[in-house]
Amino acid sequence: MDLITVLQEAFPQLLEGLMNTVLMTLLSLSIAVFLGLFACLMGLSKNIILKSISKFYVWLIRGTPLMVQAFFVYFAIPQMIQAMGIDFRLTAPAAGVITLSLNAGAYISELFRGGIQAVDPGQMEAARSLGLTYGRAMAKVILPQALRISIPSLVNQFIITLKDTSIISVISFAEIVYEAKIYIGRTMQSFATWTIVAIMYLVIISLLSKLSRYIEKRLSYERT
Amino acid sequence: MKELKVKVRGLAKSFGSLEVLKSIDLDVYEGDVICIIGPSGSGKSTFLRCLNLLEQPNAGSVEIEGKDILDKSNDVNVMRRNIGMVFQQFNLFPHLTAKKNIMLAPVDMKLMTKQEAEDKAMELLDKVGLADKAENFPRQLSGGQKQRVAIARALAMNPNIMLFDEPTSALDPEMIGEVLQVMKELAQAGMTMIIVTHEMSFARDVADKVIFMEEGYIVESGAPAEIFSNPKEERTKQFLSYVL
Repeated sequence: MDLITVLQEAFPQLLEGLMNTVLMTLLSLSIAVFLGLFACLMGLSKNIILKSISKFYVWLIRGTPLMVQAFFVYFAIPQMIQAMGIDFRLTAPAAGVITLSLNAGAYISELFRGGIQAVDPGQMEAARSLGLTYGRAMAKVILPQALRISIPSLVNQFIITLKDTSIISVISFAEIVYEAKIYIGRTMQSFATWTIVAIMYLVIISLLSKLSRYIEKRLSYERT
Repeated sequence: MKELKVKVRGLAKSFGSLEVLKSIDLDVYEGDVICIIGPSGSGKSTFLRCLNLLEQPNAGSVEIEGKDILDKSNDVNVMRRNIGMVFQQFNLFPHLTAKKNIMLAPVDMKLMTKQEAEDKAMELLDKVGLADKAENFPRQLSGGQKQRVAIARALAMNPNIMLFDEPTSALDPEMIGEVLQVMKELAQAGMTMIIVTHEMSFARDVADKVIFMEEGYIVESGAPAEIFSNPKEERTKQFLSYVL
């Protein structure tokens, strides 16, 4: 069987997997951006408890592999809750979204922190000297600048999360890698299938990079 | 009798073991223009920043229009509305146009409607000679223009007191004049101003009182004619011999 035949046979299945990959990525990242923003602001707060929660979260996520996190969310936590006598289970997509959101959220929190710290401290002083509270100065002056600074690394995180979705196949979420494995298990067409999968990733990520460069340009106030 | 606007007693501020301000006393009356001069590291900027609590003093008292600003029951944010501040590095908000820079604070604090703030911004831009730059972003403005927008931004809150922290020190020489001109007009209109500056001729022309600071103390203060022509303290003489 050649590439063309595999393409004809497996494409619908792989495309469905790709759709799931993209959907899960978009959903997880939307949650992760908010999670990251909260964790970041908590980390910058003077309140020692909020600060500790944020630090612990980032430490926990950065210190464990995504696959272990996925198993934890899908198997370990439901089992623990069931042991308390509560009937609780998560579907694979739900566990996948939770895992990816928590994972990306921690990294996004760190890159927002970098963005906020890259804003000239004089900006906060100017805003405060006008009478704005810390929160309003953050919202109206610091964050708009910090988000712009963070866009390139945010795009990078988008791409990482999109690819990390493949790891979620271990909890049998039907994304593209999962579909590919099933097809190969049936037909043994390893080379052709993985080639198609790789190309699909490349196409999506190239499109994403192009889109992000466009957004970056649109949002930049550094342009003339 | 003019109203006492700023009353400072025994103000001290340290950064770690470094005592930047040792004990500062100062009275500023309505409409006074005070110029603070002195070598760098003498605590001039720190003193100014203590007046709107960008720095928290370690000791002493500061009363602004009769209110103790170190009293925690007085809202620092409300107090700051009344004290405009202009920085050496302008600190304009780079993501907003000149006009929006000016409108941000009054609109965000709901002190003005958007329309009122816009009218106010245009009036102030006109006053500083930049009505045609309303839609420009800070990066499209020269240093002198940025500083004039920054002055307009501070004035939009209708402050009774204006603080200037070396407002012309970051400017190219040919742009200093336009900023000093705006400040001069402000002084003539009766604004109470405290200005940290290295512009001695401006201090001589515009100030009601010149203060010479060194090593965290006010060494000497008085009318500009007195300080510049007939300084009493040896250290003032020495400093002036370098800068004049």
